Amino acid sequence: MSNVTFTIDGREVSGRAGQTILKAAEASGIYIPRLCAYKNLVPHGSCRVCSVRVNGRIQAACVQTISDGMVVENDSAEIREFRTAILDMLFVEGNHYCMFCEKSGLCELQALAYRFGITAPQYPFLNPDRPVDLSHPDVYLDHNRCILCGRCVRVSQELDHKNVFQFVDRGYRKRLQVNGEALAATRLAVTDEVTASCPTGALMRKRVGYAVPIGQRPFDAQPIGAGNLQTEDSP
Amino acid sequence: MHQALVTVVEDICGRYGFDRTRMTDIVIAVQQRLGCVSTEAMEIIASKVNSHRVEVESVVTFYAFLSVKPRGRVIIRLCKDIVDWMKGYDEVADAMAKELGVTMGETTADGGITLTSTPCIGMSDQAPAALVNDVVVPNLTPERGRQVIRDLRRHLDPAQLITMVGDGNNAHPLVHSMVRNNIRRRGPVHFDGFESGCALERTIDQTPENVIATIRASRLRGRGGAGFATGQKWEFARNASGERRYVLCNADEGEPGTFKDRVLLTECPDQVFEGMTVAGYALGSDSGIVYLRGEYAYLRAFLENVLETRRRQGLLGKAILGKPGFDFDIRIQMGAGAYVCGEETALISSCEGLRGDPKNRPPFPAQKGYMGCPTIVNNVETFSAAARIMERGANWFAEMGSERTTGTKVLSICGDCRKPGVYEVPFGITARELLDMADADNPGAMLIGGPCRQMIGPERFGGQICYDDLATGGAILIFNRARNKLEIAEHYLDFFIEESCGHCTPCRVGLVLLKEVVHKVVSGAGEPSDLDYMRRLANVISQTSRCGLGQAAPNPVLGALQNFHTLYADMVSDRKLGLLSTFDLSKAVADAELRVGRMSQYV
Ligand SMILES: Cc1cc2nc3c(=O)[nH]c(=O)nc-3n(C[C@H](O)[C@H](O)[C@H](O)COP(=O)(O)O)c2cc1C
Ligand code: SF4
Ligand code: FES
Repeated sequence: MSNVTFTIDGREVSGRAGQTILKAAEASGIYIPRLCAYKNLVPHGSCRVCSVRVNGRIQAACVQTISDGMVVENDSAEIREFRTAILDMLFVEGNHYCMFCEKSGLCELQALAYRFGITAPQYPFLNPDRPVDLSHPDVYLDHNRCILCGRCVRVSQELDHKNVFQFVDRGYRKRLQVNGEALAATRLAVTDEVTASCPTGALMRKRVGYAVPIGQRPFDAQPIGAGNLQTEDSP
Repeated sequence: MHQALVTVVEDICGRYGFDRTRMTDIVIAVQQRLGCVSTEAMEIIASKVNSHRVEVESVVTFYAFLSVKPRGRVIIRLCKDIVDWMKGYDEVADAMAKELGVTMGETTADGGITLTSTPCIGMSDQAPAALVNDVVVPNLTPERGRQVIRDLRRHLDPAQLITMVGDGNNAHPLVHSMVRNNIRRRGPVHFDGFESGCALERTIDQTPENVIATIRASRLRGRGGAGFATGQKWEFARNASGERRYVLCNADEGEPGTFKDRVLLTECPDQVFEGMTVAGYALGSDSGIVYLRGEYAYLRAFLENVLETRRRQGLLGKAILGKPGFDFDIRIQMGAGAYVCGEETALISSCEGLRGDPKNRPPFPAQKGYMGCPTIVNNVETFSAAARIMERGANWFAEMGSERTTGTKVLSICGDCRKPGVYEVPFGITARELLDMADADNPGAMLIGGPCRQMIGPERFGGQICYDDLATGGAILIFNRARNKLEIAEHYLDFFIEESCGHCTPCRVGLVLLKEVVHKVVSGAGEPSDLDYMRRLANVISQTSRCGLGQAAPNPVLGALQNFHTLYADMVSDRKLGLLSTFDLSKAVADAELRVGRMSQYV
């Protein structure tokens, strides 16, 4: 494997040819915020939270591969502004009530908001009307909290080989759909990889809520990216 | 009932070899046959092609021309493009809806006729226009609109609406359309006659490397807008490793106000197909696809016939012009109403039977495109130019145009002018010359459609059409001085919001937010801080979006703010009551007003 050397915020980093910026950074202990990237799934490139400036152009770190001499900006004022804007967009697009959400303290969206110092979004809420699917005995799907990251779609396809989820419609109407009239009619089992893959509280196991009290959850102690959470071992 | 459905759907799947990668064709065929792709039909398709219902549904719901629920037997799609709106869309829509007794988007109770609207159908030079199923009805007035409804009520047969035919091949029996070409200026590259085979004869005398060298020497750049060097693109694909190689022709022409590819396909299809075949030879590819937008379905039979004739002439198929090993054929892939499918990687997704979502880059299509093989995607006009270059030589071509941009460009000019239509002009021509040629009416702004989508004011009318100044894919929209530029920008936003694939956050959500604030300013409720908010939001969207759609969507807004700044600075005023600028008081109290039965005194 040939070695590639480049810089992130002035720091020299090396990685393998073909590696993405995000993976190479992570291997060198540099955290690049992300939401849709997950384990070794094919990158989705959809949330754009991992946006970095590469040789002058904004690119998604989870998609862009590294090359020799590349200059990456990850923690500049401009990039922070972009990421904050994108997180704000995700908040106002759905209906997120962190204060009484079962996922609080485990939610990557919430954790990123804290990391970027977001207390209230800069954009007006869009207040969409979205359903909750409680049909399945062990798992529920709350569309209000879905951020369309596509993790469940890909995990169900690539790891569970079940294709339980897919996106339908397009643009602002785009939404998650299940392969059946409702979740109960799909082949989803609580033991599937997919049930643990959602970064927010959209896809949740039933009857385990608040098993770990709020205040003792990973992001209650330390912000996201401070060593307690990498996509490799996401809760 | 169910068994009948199974038979029909199975038959259609069979026609496409039960091949999942032909899903786009399958669902279009089912839609045409049954009027919709019902949940039941989707389940049958999934079982026949070894997929899942939700995967089929994700494709069906992506395209505007496909539907899960049945619609009317006849669907009237009134074009609501900017130019149509300037030429009286509202009045026509109103007249047609009243005559039909339904509102926009509805179907008559008997299931006969659906009235709806659609983005630009490529007829901006004969607007307002509508698609009635596949039939184009141009130059509508409220009275003609009412007449269309009355006629359809009688016969429910769109073909009978064709009372006269347009010029050129629009009158060909296989086209038989009321569309007019409006070719106002014929240039040497595209509108100077073309003898089938003449470019290929010169091509097969040379090595593929030499053909690419000729295209490089002509300095031809892509005519779809981005202006990538065509020879270089071909060379990348030729040198990339892969089992097969593909030549894709982008005939999705969806950029609002563009219609030049429609005219090229109508009048010079041979030249376009010949250019694709030249590319096939240069790349070592045996397979080409023309991605034809659903709006141009009326050209399909005609184009199939041209392909068939070329096969008979030995210009397509095995051993082309008798040259052993030179095999190449072309199929037509229909689109189904999705502007984003004009983006090259989305176009590839659509050809592969997937949702028309763009793909992540890298890898680039030249490395891994259609079916993971090296692929080139070029615009209709690019292929047509390539054929002419092979016929007349690289030098002949390179002598035309401006210093840095060689050749000619086919422009679609429309809007506030007396001579809308198609003009083939040398690169380097100024915007002002275009205004004169088209006999513009008191021009105050122009929108140069393309990847940059620049909105320019009179101070830039001296600019040149070329890749270094006013780059364009071909759409030139003219607006008179009375038009509100920000309102125009709002129209564009509506279009992009509708056409976004929804994959990435900034485009999917950001554009909706941008539209809210633009609308606020246009409607007179804007505040000074809104202008800065608008600029910052637009910047986030254009910088962080994944593909060219989101990246360029805010440009009309930014252009309006930049070039007409004082106009908008005057339009906004400080908010009374010290309210947050994002807070819409009238919306917030609307419900309460309704309940108490009187208006708030503060709003
Ligand atoms: C949203 C979007 C829509 C596009 N639509 C078209 C189109 O309708 N026709 C076209 O030729 N190129 C279109 N393009 C540009 C294509 O992606 C691609 O650059 C072009 O087809 C390459 O051909 P060329 O090099 O011959 O110009 C579009 C790009 C974007 C981002
Ligand atoms: S920019 Fe818009 S159209 Fe392009 S990938 Fe993102 S959401 Fe889809
Ligand atoms: S993590 Fe890269 S786009 Fe979502």
